[in-house]
Amino acid sequence: MARVTASVYTSHVPAIGAAMDLGKTHEPYWQPLFAGYEPSRAWMKANTPDVIFLVYNDHANAFSLDIVPTFAIGCAETFAIADEGWGPRPVPAVRGHPELAAHIAQSVIQDDFDLTIVNRMDVDHGLTVPLSLLFGKVDAWPCRVIPFPVNVVLYPVPSGRRCFQLGRALRKAIASFDAPLKVQVWGTGGMSHQLQGPRAGLINREFDMAFLDQLIADPEALSRKPHIEYVREAGSEGIELVMWLIARGAMSDSPPRVVHRFYHVPASNTAVGHLVLENT
Amino acid sequence: MALEKPYLDIPGTTIFDADQARKGYWLNQFCMSLMKPENRARFKANERAYLDEWPMTEEQKQAVLDRDLNRCIAHGGNIYFLAKIGATDGKSFQQMAGSMTGMTEQEYRDMMLHGGRPIEGNRYIGEKK
Repeated sequence: MARVTASVYTSHVPAIGAAMDLGKTHEPYWQPLFAGYEPSRAWMKANTPDVIFLVYNDHANAFSLDIVPTFAIGCAETFAIADEGWGPRPVPAVRGHPELAAHIAQSVIQDDFDLTIVNRMDVDHGLTVPLSLLFGKVDAWPCRVIPFPVNVVLYPVPSGRRCFQLGRALRKAIASFDAPLKVQVWGTGGMSHQLQGPRAGLINREFDMAFLDQLIADPEALSRKPHIEYVREAGSEGIELVMWLIARGAMSDSPPRVVHRFYHVPASNTAVGHLVLENT
Repeated sequence: MALEKPYLDIPGTTIFDADQARKGYWLNQFCMSLMKPENRARFKANERAYLDEWPMTEEQKQAVLDRDLNRCIAHGGNIYFLAKIGATDGKSFQQMAGSMTGMTEQEYRDMMLHGGRPIEGNRYIGEKK
């Protein structure tokens, strides 16, 4: 049977992708950030999964205002890299896992989560920056990826509670897939940041630290945090953090092993947070 | 019944909700069109003519021409859509975000390097700093 081996959490700032694509990772501005991902890259080499279920949000690239799915699952064989306006990032196309994706959709939808099935979709920096951070510059991604975009752009966005429960349903779905696959669930976006208006540039280190602590120790309680608290305390785009609760919900009930924890300000406008949790 | 909006008392922040999205539908769809290189080239060649192909309000068009992102947002734009204009201009997200704060590019960059805008005094409109 398939099983969730670990979960990975990371911000997905587009400038991080640009820094890698333009060879700027050793510049003083970027060096501390990339150094903070070195332990995870080493761990990932030894623990490469067969499939990553990658929770992220689309940033008005795959979905315009015509259709805005709350939860969508990428069921295609491959996903092309989106041109977000700067031209597509020079990274490999993403290979999906249609069989596992279809199985998860069937299980989770019948568990009362109404996912949108997506059979063709370009993927943006929300998905590719985390892959670049954990795998570096590669000719091909070393495993399959199931993209799982969540709407956190157009309000109302799903609650933290709903995200956590979806993670639980996802865990059940993965555990009932009849092949010995190692699956990681990644939750991306955040941490505190605001990209718009006179309050742009907001960072709340204290909020971020408390979020990381609680995500590790008591995610169920964290899942009850209301939207308004994210927006007020962590900035309008800090709401992306609800997506981390999907990944956390997919982990087992026993306390996880913290493989790596990292926090850095700034990457462009954003506080970067990163966690690797292993199921014990 | 009107939408419940508990976020209206947050300073300097516009939440992209259904009312904003309705107002900004064509502005945001125009922005989406800039994902295609040929459209970026046509827009750059004659911005006014390209904007006139879209059923946007005059205020929206003028806000785009002025690159005034705060006004674009007031008229229903969302930053992830508006970012396509910045990308077309070769601007980074940091330059775009900074342009909305009344700070110079260097001041904004320095603020971020020193830990960002503090939360104290920035939670509620009218809050004492």
